Amino acid sequence: MTPMVDDIGRYLSSPSNREKVFELLGEHVVLAVLPLLIGLVAAVPLGWAAQRVRWLRAPVLGSASVLYTVPSLALFVIMPSILGTRILDGANVVVALALYTVALLLRPVVDALDALPGHVVAAATAMGYRPARRFVAVELPMAVPVLAASVRVASASNISLVSVGAFIGIGGLGQLFTEGFQTRYLAPIVIGILLTLLLALAMDLLLVGLRRAATPWARAGLRAGARA
Amino acid sequence: MIFSQVLAWLADSAHWRGPGGVPVRVVEHLYYTVVTVLVAAGIAVPLGLVVGHTGRGGVVLVGLANAMRALPTLGLLTFLFLLLRSQGTSTLLALIVLAVPPVLAGSYAGVQSVERDVVDAARGMGLTSAQRLWQVELPGALPLLLGGVRSATLQVVATTTVAAYIGLGGLGRLLLDGLRSGDYPQMVAGALLTALLALLLDLLLAGLARLVVPTGVRLSAAGAGESSRRRGRGPGSEGVGL
Repeated sequence: MTPMVDDIGRYLSSPSNREKVFELLGEHVVLAVLPLLIGLVAAVPLGWAAQRVRWLRAPVLGSASVLYTVPSLALFVIMPSILGTRILDGANVVVALALYTVALLLRPVVDALDALPGHVVAAATAMGYRPARRFVAVELPMAVPVLAASVRVASASNISLVSVGAFIGIGGLGQLFTEGFQTRYLAPIVIGILLTLLLALAMDLLLVGLRRAATPWARAGLRAGARA
Repeated sequence: MIFSQVLAWLADSAHWRGPGGVPVRVVEHLYYTVVTVLVAAGIAVPLGLVVGHTGRGGVVLVGLANAMRALPTLGLLTFLFLLLRSQGTSTLLALIVLAVPPVLAGSYAGVQSVERDVVDAARGMGLTSAQRLWQVELPGALPLLLGGVRSATLQVVATTTVAAYIGLGGLGRLLLDGLRSGDYPQMVAGALLTALLALLLDLLLAGLARLVVPTGVRLSAAGAGESSRRRGRGPGSEGVGL
């Protein structure tokens, strides 16, 4: 264990290595978070439509399931022929991961909207909320707890999938794995694994915090002892 | 335009013969996948069932499974390879680490999803702890458990492509060799074949689930309304019980 720590220390003692690690970490954050945001923004209206329009439901959820079976490396590779981008283009990774995020989030969005208590929606309608406003002001906030759980899964999945992009030259911290393999040197690999885990943990804590901030009523209920 | 090149690649019989041909790559790919999923299920199913049955250590188990999910497979694979110097062992170990969490979460959540009343009734009828687990909780857990196995299989098929990076076979060879030689049609062909294999395996497992899950469990899951959404099929199953 100690030689490993020494190795890491030696690797990070070089300023150029430190700079590279920071750069790759930044790239990793962008490549993981951007698709998460795009995917979430796309999945909500799509899920809303699939939940409201009966005949849309099966094809939308079905294609999400099929999309999810496509391996990430395969999707990264196919992207250029669909988008017209070059193979070594960050957009390939971002779009591919955004598609996965949509595939992961669609069903939870539909399920969460399905599970809304009917009397709340009816009350909002009776108060004069039109469907669009009711969705934004009442239905969406109430779906947050279910949705947040899936966003956490998508976030972890994105962070770990980004490193696969290293094969096509855009992999954030994944590049440390290929570098370590090519130079037969463990230090960058271990640094990459640790930073990936830390990043996933930090994102998870951030998402839990965001969910708490977005659902003040859940805590009010807890305090009143309504739900254990 | 690119798709016609891909079709031409796939139609070329030279790509379907010999030690580097498509059939050989598919068999290699299937071999790693099947061994990985079997070993992972052998570890994770008993563990998930027992923890779900006793109710002890559930929090630790779910936390551990989540932490394992965040481990990047490519990192783990290169790490293990440099440590063990064995292509086969390090690939299988890295893939098993990938496959264990979904199966573990599925079997644990499966046991948890069995209604308390049913288990209590079994206890009242005089079933021992082991009998309850085997005759009541296991059949009731099957839908979520198999959902976990499906999700693990999908991830393993997708990720087995990285085995090619440390020099093993499988469909990843088409992707990586194509990348190195700039043969884009070959890369896309490899990608399409991997996706097709994943889809076929998923259909196979879905069919298997229909055969294995007892009719009573399926009916109660379908009729339960609210709780039927927790059955965990499709991409959403990832988050079940976590």
